[in-house]
Amino acid sequence: MTLLAVHKAVERNTGLLIFGILVVASIGGLVQVLPSTLDESLSAPAPNVVPYGPLELVGRDIYIRESCSTCHSQQVRPLLAEVKRYGAYARAGEFAYDRPFLWGSKRTGPDLLRVGGKYTDAWHRVHLLDPRTVIPTSIMPAYPWLDTRGANADDDIQARLKTLRTLGHPYSDEAIESAPAALEGKTELDAVVAYLQSLGRFGINDVEEHVGH
Amino acid sequence: MVEHARNGAVEHYEDRIVAAFTFCSIVWAIAGMAAGVYAAAELVWPELNFGLPWLSFGRLRTGHTNLVLFGFGVSALIGTSLYSVQRTSHVRLLAPKLAWFVFYAWQLTIVLGAWSLLAGWNGGKEYAELEWPFDIAIAVIWIAYAVVFFGTIARRKVAPIYISNWFYGALIIVVAMLHIVNNLALPATLSKSYSLFPGAQDAIVQWWYGHNAVGFLLTGGFLGMLYYFLPKQAEQPIWSYRLSIVAFWAFVYSYIWAGPHHLHYNAIPEWVQSLGVIMSLVLLAPSWATMINGVMTVSNAWRKLQTDPALKFIVLALAFYGLATFEGPMMAIRSVNVMSHFTEWTIGHVHSGALGWNALITFGTFYYLVPRLAGRPLHSTVLANAHFWLALAGIMLYVLSMWAAGLSQSLLWLSLDDLGEVRYSFVEVMEAMAPYYLLRLVGGVLFLAGTVLMAVNLRLTFAGARTVAVSAPALVPAHAAAFSAAGGTP
Repeated sequence: MTLLAVHKAVERNTGLLIFGILVVASIGGLVQVLPSTLDESLSAPAPNVVPYGPLELVGRDIYIRESCSTCHSQQVRPLLAEVKRYGAYARAGEFAYDRPFLWGSKRTGPDLLRVGGKYTDAWHRVHLLDPRTVIPTSIMPAYPWLDTRGANADDDIQARLKTLRTLGHPYSDEAIESAPAALEGKTELDAVVAYLQSLGRFGINDVEEHVGH
Repeated sequence: MVEHARNGAVEHYEDRIVAAFTFCSIVWAIAGMAAGVYAAAELVWPELNFGLPWLSFGRLRTGHTNLVLFGFGVSALIGTSLYSVQRTSHVRLLAPKLAWFVFYAWQLTIVLGAWSLLAGWNGGKEYAELEWPFDIAIAVIWIAYAVVFFGTIARRKVAPIYISNWFYGALIIVVAMLHIVNNLALPATLSKSYSLFPGAQDAIVQWWYGHNAVGFLLTGGFLGMLYYFLPKQAEQPIWSYRLSIVAFWAFVYSYIWAGPHHLHYNAIPEWVQSLGVIMSLVLLAPSWATMINGVMTVSNAWRKLQTDPALKFIVLALAFYGLATFEGPMMAIRSVNVMSHFTEWTIGHVHSGALGWNALITFGTFYYLVPRLAGRPLHSTVLANAHFWLALAGIMLYVLSMWAAGLSQSLLWLSLDDLGEVRYSFVEVMEAMAPYYLLRLVGGVLFLAGTVLMAVNLRLTFAGARTVAVSAPALVPAHAAAFSAAGGTP
């Protein structure tokens, strides 16, 4: 009955009710989420992990713009069938320069975490412009507009790199200075292909070591 | 009966804003579901993408989820909360002008937000895709909504704060917290920002948000709707006031932990995943406590189901609520999740909740609400009954086809041959999905058709009418005392 009496006070006082909800709903976040955001083992890059180059970064941002992660995950689970199908399972240190993360929640298409190097650039270009010319039963949309826009059409690559540097990505002054030149003459299609080919840079050599986990 | 009393001498409830939110909610329901149906058709006939950026599946699906969640769902929640908070507090809204600001600003955000997503502005986090200018606008509008809602409660004329307001209140407070933290980002340009959290940490924060947007918006908010409109419609008090207290606080406490079950076997710490499993299972208790409370509330009014389409929708919604809140914890168990994660099963689960629970309870509430706002009976019970069966058939086709698709997918993906190699290529498994995608499309079309019937029916109900002016009833002292003792609906 005493608890009911306490509740009688809470449900008769707007401020107490607001405070109560705020406190009770915060506990989980404080115990479980806050420590995770402070855990450096989750944010530190693995030894061989480097930030995206300008062309790859533009490609990644286009991947986000088109919501590719609606259908493609980038998260190989440590299951035998997944490691056999896609390659080495994912580790936190690989994603240190991923803002936002793009692990996805659904595989209408295949996982792409280790897709880099599996197909040629030419294959990716044909596939992105019209998927059904290489996979007749594919249900992926065609992306013909990628070939018609320049990779730096909005001239904002330096602003993007500087923002990421503020967040801790180690881009040098020279890297930011030379970024527009690196995008010169490149299309959005080139950028997406460069990004896809960059996926799986980390961990592809130790597939066998991880099989069986 | 007091609700229909017209009395020019005292202040009226601000109900025109409820009608406005209801209207917009129905418009967004049709637009959002149509986008979903079209996206489903694109998975059957990919030519329907037509090589157009704004029509391509990725952008359209993002538009679909944002329109149904924030257009249809949130408009319905704000509208019904403003309706019930006045009646349970016996006062007019605090600051009606601020409430109208919330209305116009929210609808403008939905219109421009949908445009921005189709134009390719995308933050990249699921169900939080809107870019930073919208995130700031949403935070401001939400705070204004909180001022109106809690301000109205603060000037109430009855002592206890009714149960529905606890749930709507939790929706407002917790969604504000989740929205602000998850969208912390550094802008690079007007349409592009980068998350403050990197990689694995971003994933943990995102699913703390993503799961609890489901928890406090799609569960908590709509439970607020249930706790007001179910007893009104059934003309029965809530079965157990004590059970509602326990269920409420257990819900607020335990939901927030469950997010990491979206990241099983992903690159996050195992203790975080395990806590997610345990709290997901714990969550079954408050979820079902609320369902039982709802079912027992109707238990003396089963006969009304034969004649009252609104109650029929609300009771079926309760059944789907029970189903989805049982299925969810099961899918959070790691060994089940190995099968369900990344498959169509997840899509089926979400839609059994979104269509079966959220949409149906909203429809039932609108069938109750619009005749009362218009001051005349529902235009057609026959149309409402047709809507009921179309909706049920649509949900069943949708959910069953996605269950079958999801199970097939995982069994085929995980299947290994005698040499320990994968037995089926990804393309083979994708091809096996074709019949299920077609069935899902048919289910979606049926559900959308039912929603259009409701729109027509409610439009005809309201045609030419003006929102009825309703005043707070004068409480007789005995009534007020009984009310505060029982914690019942006034």
